[in-house]
Order: sequence, then C-alpha cells, then structure tokens
Amino acid sequence: MIEILESGPFNTVQDLGRPGYRDIGVTASGAMDPLAVRIGNILVGNEENAAVIEVQTFPFRLRFEQRAVFTVTGADGNPDLDGSELFPWCAYAAEAGQVLELKQPPRLARAYIALGGGLDIPVVMGSRSTSLRGGFGGNAGRPLAKGDRIALGQDAEITMLPAAGLAVVEPAAALCDVFPASVDGVLPIRALPAGEHELFAGDGEAFWRQTWRISSRSDRTGYRLSGEPITPTASVEMRSHGVVPGVIQVPPGGEPIVQMSDANTAGGYPKIAGVIECDLWRLGQARIGARLQFVRSTHAEARTVERAVARYVDDIRQTSRMVKRALKAMA
Amino acid sequence: MTVTTNRHASQREIVPATQSRARVSAIGARAFLLEAPGDFDLVAQRRIWALSQTVKGWPDLAEDIPGMTNLLVIFKETPEDPDAVVVRLLEAWENAQSIDLKGKIIEIPVHYGGEHATDLPALCDLSGLSDREVVRIHHQATYRVFAVGSAPGFGYLHGLDPRIYMPRKTMPSLKMAKGCVTIGGMQTGVAMLTGPNGWNSIGFATLEMFDPNSPTPAMMAPGDTVRFLPARIEL
Repeated sequence: MIEILESGPFNTVQDLGRPGYRDIGVTASGAMDPLAVRIGNILVGNEENAAVIEVQTFPFRLRFEQRAVFTVTGADGNPDLDGSELFPWCAYAAEAGQVLELKQPPRLARAYIALGGGLDIPVVMGSRSTSLRGGFGGNAGRPLAKGDRIALGQDAEITMLPAAGLAVVEPAAALCDVFPASVDGVLPIRALPAGEHELFAGDGEAFWRQTWRISSRSDRTGYRLSGEPITPTASVEMRSHGVVPGVIQVPPGGEPIVQMSDANTAGGYPKIAGVIECDLWRLGQARIGARLQFVRSTHAEARTVERAVARYVDDIRQTSRMVKRALKAMA
Repeated sequence: MTVTTNRHASQREIVPATQSRARVSAIGARAFLLEAPGDFDLVAQRRIWALSQTVKGWPDLAEDIPGMTNLLVIFKETPEDPDAVVVRLLEAWENAQSIDLKGKIIEIPVHYGGEHATDLPALCDLSGLSDREVVRIHHQATYRVFAVGSAPGFGYLHGLDPRIYMPRKTMPSLKMAKGCVTIGGMQTGVAMLTGPNGWNSIGFATLEMFDPNSPTPAMMAPGDTVRFLPARIEL
C-alpha cells in the first residue's frame, strides 16, 4: 500500500490509455508523457502499460506502507525520499514508512511515479487510466486526494536493484538528435497539415510562422494557444468526425486548440494541422505559458523519430533485464 | 494531405467533397479521415458503415471511428507510404456496398421546455416557429443513430426536420447539464456529460445511456432508431 499525504487537484492514475472505445465516445485518456511511463515501468520491472501516478500539480507526497521499488520519471526536478535528494529517471527501493516528495520541477510539466508491481487498480474497459470526463477508471474516476490509499501489485523482482539505484539517460538527452531542443525558449513541435488547412489561405502560413503561447485555459483535454488569431476564408459547418490527440482545431475565435490525452473523440471545428504522434509527449511536458512553434513535418520524418524512440526503449529494456540477471546471479 | 478519387496526381491540395469524390486528409501521421461525397443522408452513412466493416479486417488498423458520413482510420504505426494508404482507403470506399445496420428501437422520454431549454427562444427566433411547433416537430420525427462519439455513449442522430435546424453556437455554454436534449446544425442528440457544449438545448431527458462497467457500455449503437417521447411539455 501507499498513502497519499499531499496532492494538488489534478494528479491522477494513468497508464498508456484506453484506446479502442473512441467509436462509443470514450476518450483514450492515458499519460500526457507516455514515454516517461514506459521507461519508468521498465526500470521498476513492470509491464510498460502498468498504472502509474501522473503528478502535474505540486508538491506531491506519498508514504510507503511496505518496502517497494519506485522511480520518478518525466520531470526534471529532484524528488526526495525522507529529505534526501534522489535522481529522476532512476529506480530505488523504499522502506515501509518512508516518504517520497515531489516539488515543482524547474521546466517541465509532469512527473510520473512508477512502483514495482504497478498500482493494483481495477481495469475498466481495458485500462486503469482515470477518465476524468467520464468519471470512471483509475482512482474511482477522480483525482488523487490526501488520505487515499492504493494497493500495489505483486512485485517479483523487488530485491533486483543495485544499491545505488538503476538510472537511464533521459529521452531529451538520449534522443537529442531526433527531438530538437527549444530555440530561444520556443519549443519546435512537428505537425502535418490537416483537412481544412487550405481554407485558411494566408493565415495558414501565419499559423506555421508565428510563436504560440500555451494559455492558462489548458489541461489534459486540450491546450488552447494564444497568438495572432487565424481565420478561414469561409465559415464551414463541418460534419462531426472522429478526432485524436494532436489534432489542431481552430474555433471561431481564431486561436487554435490542440487536443491532448483526454481529447474529445469527435469534433467539428476546422482542422489546420495534426501534431505527429511521436512529438505528443514533448507537448505533454510543455507548461502553461510555454511558447512553441509548429514545424511542417512528413510521414517519413515521423517514422524516423518513431524508430529512434523504439531503439532507445528496447535498449533500456534489454540493459535493465541484463543488470537484474547479473544481480540475481551474484545474490 | 488531401486527395480525391480521380486526382491522385495532385495530392497536397484540398478538393472539396463533391457529389462524386471522396476526400481523404491526415490528422497527425497515423490517422486518416475519409469524408464521403454528397449529401448528409442515410445512403452515404450506410456506405460509411460498410467501409468501417472493411477496414476492421486490415491487420495494420488500430482503430476506426465512424462519424457523420465520414470515417477516421487510425493505424498502429505511421505508414511507410501514406499515399498508398490514401489510395487503399479510396478503393475500399469505391468498393463499399451499402449496408444497413439492424438496430434496436430506443425511446427517450423528454421534458421539453423548462429550465434546461436555454436555447429554445433563440431557436424560435431563427425558425420563425412557435416553441410549441418546434417541440412538436422535434418529437414527431424518427431519428437514426449515425455515429456514437464526442462523449461516452453520445449518439449523433440524423433525421432532424430542416425547419428546426440551428447552427452550433459561436460561444459554447460553459456548463450544460447532462441530459439536455440538443440540436447542433442538422444533428440532434442528448448531452451525456455536464460541461461545455456548443449545441442548443430545448429539453431534458433522464434516461441513463452509458455504463462503463457493462459489457456494452453505450446504449446507442450506429443503426439504432430513436424516438423522443414528450413526457412533459413546459412552455
């Protein structure tokens, strides 16, 4: 068991999501930074899709009621255990009674706490993710709150960890070749033109050229962007159609909305572009107030990035397995 | 990226859907939207249902979402040759036979008017009809579930009488109640969640239409027939 000692209003249980039900209007949910979840779970010896805690309002504190392996990924801040600083992206063991605390990370938006054995939470429609809109899944369909206690699943590998922990090079560093860094504080996000792009004529070019700011009216459902409004040359009433995270819709006000993990499953606003799937975690880590620019991409580029990410994740999976095997042999 | 059936050569430009050409566009790298050409009617929707059945057999398909005379197709991986995917989709569309889903009949009791009918006066203004006529026209029609989406279990209903057409709002209502019976353009439906909503509310229904713990969580399925029964009219 773990007990939540302190939590902000929007921290939830998430896994890699609940795909497959968009056709009945159920949003896929899932972590805003799925890459951090996969790596966190591999580090603690879980299936990549095990349920973790997504922390996006800080500070956050939990107490271990049993010995458990854990890691904090996603964020660039240093978590601490009973007051001693730990590295993020590194798996440790905690003893019963110890308290893990996460403070506001300096730059990034979301931290993930993966625990050996995963969070033991009922699967609803194929996932343990919290559907805040639907009010089901995760922690009884609601955010975590002080006093919540959550059971952990069986952890077969609890002792298989080097004394100093097991760390990885975080994706932003390991994959800097395929994920270009911010330039002058502006995060590049790759996208492909979508269905109604041409309808924006010159404003379509303005969309790519300008720097957008993530407005305070942004959450797991969508990011609203502030900037010079863009408008289509004709007003169109679109027939409702399926949408996915990453779609950039332009409501009548002219300021785009990027659908995120809790994306609507259908929409009718004109779509100017769609963020490529492999860049969504970077957007998921961008904070309110952050500036970004959309960069025209291609399917080929998306495939190159996806392959690089797959190699990186494979490498971590194999190395961590090797380390644990070696430790087992020495034990 | 957008192409049409007979214009494979110029694949980067938009060509509006016409009577004869379907249109495919991308959302991100893995999702493709096919929009049926022509009218917003049952004929087009039956072909969309047929197309949905075809793509479900594709091994590289992750998910497909039927919309209103359109289909969003999501692949497991970014396709190596997106143009080939577009051609494959358009061919499947050309070959799609019309199918009629054998649906069930759902009767939804509605409290027309009252505190939840926030947009009924505006609808009267737009249509030039009295509130009584708007309500009568709405409940006398028979609707077909074209697609389910937007919110858990929300059915997009086709069959609205054009006399009570009303476009979506420019500024959505911030907290429309779950259960509101709404009109959005030529579509009607029942709000499944309390929250922001750009459709126009004319009444209220209390029937529970979604249960996440049921093997079939959504009551409405594409092809179902829906009738609104005026349980109470408060004008």
